[in-house]
Amino acid sequence: MKKSDPRIDTLADLLAAAYRIEADAVARYEMLAEQMETHNNPELVKVFRNLARAEGLHAEEIRRQAGGIDVVAHAERIGGWRRGESPEEADLSAAHYMMTPWHALQMALAGEKRALAFFEEVVKTTKDNKIKTMAAEFVEEEAEHVNLVHRLLRNYPAPASSWARDNDPPASQ
Amino acid sequence: MSVVDLQRTCKPADYKSAVKPIWCPGCGDYHVLMSFTRAFAQLGLPPEQIAVISGIGCSSRIPAYTNCYGFHGVHGRSLAVAAGLKVTRPDLTVVVASGDGDGYSIGGNHFLHACRRNIDMTYVVMDNRVYGMTKGQPSPTTEPDFDTALSPGGTGLSPFHPLVIALASGANFIARCFSGEPNETADILVEAIRHPGFSFVEILSPCVTFRPDEKEWKSLVHPAPVATTNDPARAARRIMTDDGFNIGILYRGERRPYGPEFGAQAADLAELECEFEQ
Repeated sequence: MKKSDPRIDTLADLLAAAYRIEADAVARYEMLAEQMETHNNPELVKVFRNLARAEGLHAEEIRRQAGGIDVVAHAERIGGWRRGESPEEADLSAAHYMMTPWHALQMALAGEKRALAFFEEVVKTTKDNKIKTMAAEFVEEEAEHVNLVHRLLRNYPAPASSWARDNDPPASQ
Repeated sequence: MSVVDLQRTCKPADYKSAVKPIWCPGCGDYHVLMSFTRAFAQLGLPPEQIAVISGIGCSSRIPAYTNCYGFHGVHGRSLAVAAGLKVTRPDLTVVVASGDGDGYSIGGNHFLHACRRNIDMTYVVMDNRVYGMTKGQPSPTTEPDFDTALSPGGTGLSPFHPLVIALASGANFIARCFSGEPNETADILVEAIRHPGFSFVEILSPCVTFRPDEKEWKSLVHPAPVATTNDPARAARRIMTDDGFNIGILYRGERRPYGPEFGAQAADLAELECEFEQ
């Protein structure tokens, strides 16, 4: 496992990490939706809000799955990720005011793949069978999410190379 | 409430205001805002104990996006406002935000003297090597061959070297960060705020609109290969010979911060009060 990813020593650690991955993704997609609202890209506002809603449902599902474990509080205490941000936090620097749904879904795909890699690493490295079993379930879920984003991408083919052409550009003086 | 309690309770979100940033999507300043709030949470400082002061420009919008006290001042004059605030309210943590145009051109002279005075505050300059808010004119840190309608073929001028100037002028703490590494930047901001005296933190923060080439910075930045020094001569040599993408704390000085004595004045005020009562 990467040196500074959160330590997964207990089932509570694993559930908290899984919860935080989804909760951080919600916050990031909301932030991107707000940026797109400010920059009048309503199509992307909708895409990012839908992504946030989907991640919120995943977070809620994990919270339910955790039963008596307070994953919300525990998630505040687990360590950070080596990447600096949790796996499903979309890369803010990849945003653009004229970006298309295809770009947003590419961001989402990258996030789902990072989350998948994280849980695969847990499966590979843990010596605890209960953790291994639950991490394997998360691997399956993240693989489903990867497949889902691939399916959504079928509706949004890659844009033409001129996608960022602005007829009223922020002209450099 | 003790600092330990605050550290338990303060989250980065507690330092964010309800005002939504209007920076361009992809702008490095979003990450800098994140680093500010993470640093404040790490320090466990109550928002009302922090003042974020700025001048004019994209970066200078940051006080409005925090939940701390703030002052969005006049172009290039953020350090003058901050110096006045800090000497009269030394109990406040004063963080100053600026950009390369505001801080090194319009506010260039204040920069020199703020370093020289060494008042205990932290000066953060978000350097994107361009005037973004006014549509892409070259700034003091712009490369000489940066071609714009205003500067066809480039200005041909050597860029300003802020870190060297800060060191030569007496800054007590000098660091360089990259906005795309918000956690590392937050850690350095924590160190800068804790360090006594004038701390200068340059954050390379790409302008994706007028300098899309700066997206490359992500692959150019690297940690400084040597440990922090307190020797100005060594720091000068390192800073002058690095490639401009060394990230980390590059100098940590030991100068005593400037702070006027207010004891006498307080006594005078007490005497004055007594006179009124008589």
